[in-house]
Amino acid sequence: MTAATIFGTPASLTDKITHYCPGCTHGIIHRLVAESLDELGLRETTVGIAPVGCAVLCYHYFACDFQEAPHGRAPALATGTKRARPDLTVFTYQGDGDLASIGTAELIHAANRGEKFTIIFVNNAIYGMTGGQMAPTTMPGQVTSTSPMGRDVELVGYPLRVAEMVATLRTPSYVERVSVHTPRQIINAKRAVRQAFEYQKAGRCFSLVEVLSTCPTNWGLTPLESLKWVEDTMLPYYPLGLKKSPDDEV
Amino acid sequence: MAKKLMKGNEAIGEAAIQAGCRHYFAYPITPQTEVAEYLARRMPEVGGVFLQAESEVAASNMLFGASSTGVRTFTSSSSPGISLMAESISYIAGAQLPVVYINIMRGGPGLGGILPAQSDYFQATKGGGHGDYHLLVFGPSTVQEAVDHVILAFELADKYRNPVMVLGDGMIGQMMEPVEFPTDGIPPAPPKPWATVGMKGRPQNLIRSLYLNADELERNNIELRAKYDAMERDEVRFESYHADEAMDVMVVAYGTMARIAKTAIDGLRGSGKRVGLLRPITLYPFPRQAVRDASDRAKAVLVIELSTGQMVEDVQWAAREGVPVHFFGKTGGNIPAPEDISDEITKVLDGKAVPRGLAPLPLEAS
Repeated sequence: MTAATIFGTPASLTDKITHYCPGCTHGIIHRLVAESLDELGLRETTVGIAPVGCAVLCYHYFACDFQEAPHGRAPALATGTKRARPDLTVFTYQGDGDLASIGTAELIHAANRGEKFTIIFVNNAIYGMTGGQMAPTTMPGQVTSTSPMGRDVELVGYPLRVAEMVATLRTPSYVERVSVHTPRQIINAKRAVRQAFEYQKAGRCFSLVEVLSTCPTNWGLTPLESLKWVEDTMLPYYPLGLKKSPDDEV
Repeated sequence: MAKKLMKGNEAIGEAAIQAGCRHYFAYPITPQTEVAEYLARRMPEVGGVFLQAESEVAASNMLFGASSTGVRTFTSSSSPGISLMAESISYIAGAQLPVVYINIMRGGPGLGGILPAQSDYFQATKGGGHGDYHLLVFGPSTVQEAVDHVILAFELADKYRNPVMVLGDGMIGQMMEPVEFPTDGIPPAPPKPWATVGMKGRPQNLIRSLYLNADELERNNIELRAKYDAMERDEVRFESYHADEAMDVMVVAYGTMARIAKTAIDGLRGSGKRVGLLRPITLYPFPRQAVRDASDRAKAVLVIELSTGQMVEDVQWAAREGVPVHFFGKTGGNIPAPEDISDEITKVLDGKAVPRGLAPLPLEAS
């Protein structure tokens, strides 16, 4: 009997061991991006843009050209890159502190201009790299190091629903929220990520996929408990699904 | 090409086109908005990209992305806008990217005013953002020189893989003068094998400024410093206007202030006074040796700026010890007339001026 390889590392990923904490879902999301680039034959014409945050070093794990942006500014770099070289595939990979807090202006205006690049937005409801501070996406009552009594919505408002916010813009775009807390959801997330790159490849529209992710270390939960926390706490507030399609009526 | 009467800001825009720049990202701010207005019409004519960003923060980061693909790219702004760009300028310097910035200075601090000023000298020449870095900085004194500097800025940005700034003031941007664009061709951009344009057939290219390892970060800083050393050796530019003679007063001024000072100096020389001008053209690298050598021929130095005194610190640092350094400055958009400058020079000539003091040192223990 000959052995057949039925599962391997996508060409768009390197073989470097990541620095991500055990149980963090960044690795899964990296893979979904890499598989999509592979399948669409885009790897060698792709430029990724790294955020500031846990994923700042993601360029060590993706086997494509990369730029490293100042905190929150990745959509502006992506705009400059894509406007200079519309033939390239351009994506940003940003966390919720980077995109939903310090980078909201760059996000909204890139989306509103209809810049034809892709944003992979990883929402884990907390600042990971700096050690677990409150993010705009932190859940009501969630304890973090800067909301030690739990997020008080009277003081700091409610968590920002980025996908819904971007979907309100009139400019056609593709916006979907997915999750990677179960195998079934991972398969669905893969479809969405690939869809985003397909729209870009076709020169169609701006695309953003919000991926609900975990942070066992800063949530103070085990990896398994973290997956359950996504299901029980995040999903009711951050409903999954397609928020906007370029086929929608303008 | 024949001479053409153009407003400074429009001439700057055209100079960038002539230099082969096809990617301009900017945000409107007085008194340089005409650069953007000119390029909004002109860039489409040459198949270029004009994009009005949502902020100066975004505009400069768009340059960051565009430059990372190897294209020549630039923006224009004025003082408060440049402050907003300072973050990305630091990153761009750290990542060693060629980008050209135009700062048509207005008065500060804060929102300040919209009239001409030279009060961003510190910001431009000493870094402006965080970290150890320098921009190469030009200080044009005519519209023609602004054109020449913009073209040179693109060449030197590419040569050093470093941001270059053309530091004009509101007068340079707003006044109209005859200008000529070079007809003998401008050297094309050199190959940029480091550009992020897809890694087909080669290892990954990475544009970054993060080095978590102390030795790697130090290596990047040493590389940057080596570029600044090379600039200090090879790129110093200045004009000597009767400053190669013995002088009773040597004026040091840059940009439009130098131009007004020349008128005053011509008048005084007409009545037999021994007065000259040393005009820094590159503000970084500062013509330190030239100032030092010229100060050897001067009994006193008078620095004139549209600020309360910024470049004067570099002159004090450069001038021969024992030669008194005086200062005259106007701010708020007030521009001294040639007569005001003549009066100040005469005060120094007559020994009626007090040299600019250095901060007093702590008293030594007796």
